[in-house]
Amino acid sequence: MTKLDIARIRADFPILNQRQRTGSGIDRRLVFLDSAASSQRPTQVIEAMDQLYQHSYANVHRGVYQLAERATQAYEGARAKVAAFIGATTPDEIVFTKNATEALNLIAHSWGRANLSEGDAIVLTIMEHHANIVPWQMLAAERGIEIRWIPVTDQGELDLSNLDRILDGAKLLAFTSMSNVLGTLNPVEELVAAAHAHGAVAVIDAAQSVPHLPTNVVDLGADFLVFSSHKMLGPTGIGVLWARQELLEAMPPFLGGGGMILNVTTDSFTTAEVPAKFEAGTPPIAEAVGLGAAIDYLEDFGMQNVRRHEVELTAYALRTLTERLGDRLTIYGPPEPAARGGVLSMALKDVHAHDVSQVLDEHAVCIRPGHHCAKPLMRHFGVAATARASFYIYNDTDDVDALADALVAADEFFAL
Amino acid sequence: MAGLEDLYREIILDHYRSPRNRGELETPPAHRAEGFNPLCGDEIVVYVDVDDEGIIEDIKIGGQGCSISQSSASMMSAAIKGKTLGEARKMTTAFKQLMSIHETNVGGDGSESELDPEAEVDTTVKLGDLEALQGVVKFPTRIKCATLGWNTLTEALTLGSAPADPASPIRPKNH
Ligand SMILES: Cc1ncc(COP(=O)(O)O)c(C=O)c1O
Repeated sequence: MTKLDIARIRADFPILNQRQRTGSGIDRRLVFLDSAASSQRPTQVIEAMDQLYQHSYANVHRGVYQLAERATQAYEGARAKVAAFIGATTPDEIVFTKNATEALNLIAHSWGRANLSEGDAIVLTIMEHHANIVPWQMLAAERGIEIRWIPVTDQGELDLSNLDRILDGAKLLAFTSMSNVLGTLNPVEELVAAAHAHGAVAVIDAAQSVPHLPTNVVDLGADFLVFSSHKMLGPTGIGVLWARQELLEAMPPFLGGGGMILNVTTDSFTTAEVPAKFEAGTPPIAEAVGLGAAIDYLEDFGMQNVRRHEVELTAYALRTLTERLGDRLTIYGPPEPAARGGVLSMALKDVHAHDVSQVLDEHAVCIRPGHHCAKPLMRHFGVAATARASFYIYNDTDDVDALADALVAADEFFAL
Repeated sequence: MAGLEDLYREIILDHYRSPRNRGELETPPAHRAEGFNPLCGDEIVVYVDVDDEGIIEDIKIGGQGCSISQSSASMMSAAIKGKTLGEARKMTTAFKQLMSIHETNVGGDGSESELDPEAEVDTTVKLGDLEALQGVVKFPTRIKCATLGWNTLTEALTLGSAPADPASPIRPKNH
């Protein structure tokens, strides 16, 4: 294991290298702690996309000229990088989508419509992002499907005590590998095994874990796994659906159009092979190249080292914030740093998250107030909003100290 | 850029710490509406009791939210209690104008557009303490917090005159 050189990493992210003039005219270093919503990206990613646009861009899979050939190679090369990054057995198991949300909608629409009918049950957890709730509710409303819920404990972990009863007869279990609100790391392999034992397929929303932890889909044993490029140093506009090849092959297409067909007549069409079957229309070509560059960047450090850095930083943050704010600050989720990702959802006593964030902005500290698109979970904790700080490869203990200073200032500002 | 003091005036913090007219009213006779700020998860409930003469006899505020949404709703409740429906509507328009929102359709769908410079400001409406919220305009993301209570009031009053038609949630069938 090697320690990350954060100063060197930060030099790769020009956006972090800026100062913010606050409302009262003070000039402060920008402290970015909102990577769980969307990360920043290094020059390597921006330049890779630039290079493509300046030298090698054309539509993919169509032209016979050299430029189109180069663009196609770059796009397919990115697919191969993604496959290797998550341990997929073949790049054909990688479908590029718009984001994790679209990937989940694809599963619900395509696999769901082909395999679920009235009276069937599917299982979600209370800690899901709306992206892994609403597509299933849409399907349930249309098809008359029952949705069951795995509850969470007050520590913010899944309550698996009734798992067998909840999964009994269910056709699908869809769950997040890491909570975007609490940072909780869920026992993915155990959940996948339980789903399979009940004959259900397992869908993993890995939008928060793939950017921060080593991932191997074969080891996890899963059926479907989704994530977004923009949370892992890549560009917006591209996400990934991974699924076992036989599943993809058996599924009907999602969107129809160019690129996803083998043949079209006035009567009908036949679909292309996977993954093309699920990539209708011109895909996000430069975005795929940018995602590939982000993966190269992360692999240069090694995901084990990225993870270790974040565990250390999270431990430092939990310690520092508790020392500085004591019982004025509630931090939700598992107290043990190794059991969570670098996401801290906080509540400052008697100060609403929105107001906390406003004072933090005055300190040039960027965090996120709100329900984090997980309203069922927020309801479980009886809060409308939390203030969420999240860490990534470019954050260090100085950032945590700035967060602590700003939280103390917010506490003092609103003190009675 | 404005400093925090422009946003968090003392009177705002006072209403946040000691909100006026908090609670519930029996429905019916009171009308009830819920408002959501989808950005931050704030939820507000407004109860209004309007008598036969069209006077707002009582108003109560429930729910939870930030200092701006809570103080705005609290000041609103103090300002419109005892007023006629017409006065309450005028005050809503005046408050929206203070927030740089020109109401195209006060009683209707709540659609809002940028302040129309031609729109006349009704100077006869006195907003009093509510003017302390003027600083919110310099923090654009917070305007929705300030107007949450007012939009919910509008909805409660509209529901009062028309048959109730709460936004119908989409639910899974069969259970
Ligand atoms: C756990 C989780 N799932 C899904 C999503 C949706 O990601 P996207 O908005 O990129 O589709 C997010 C991001 O907010 C997330 O945190």
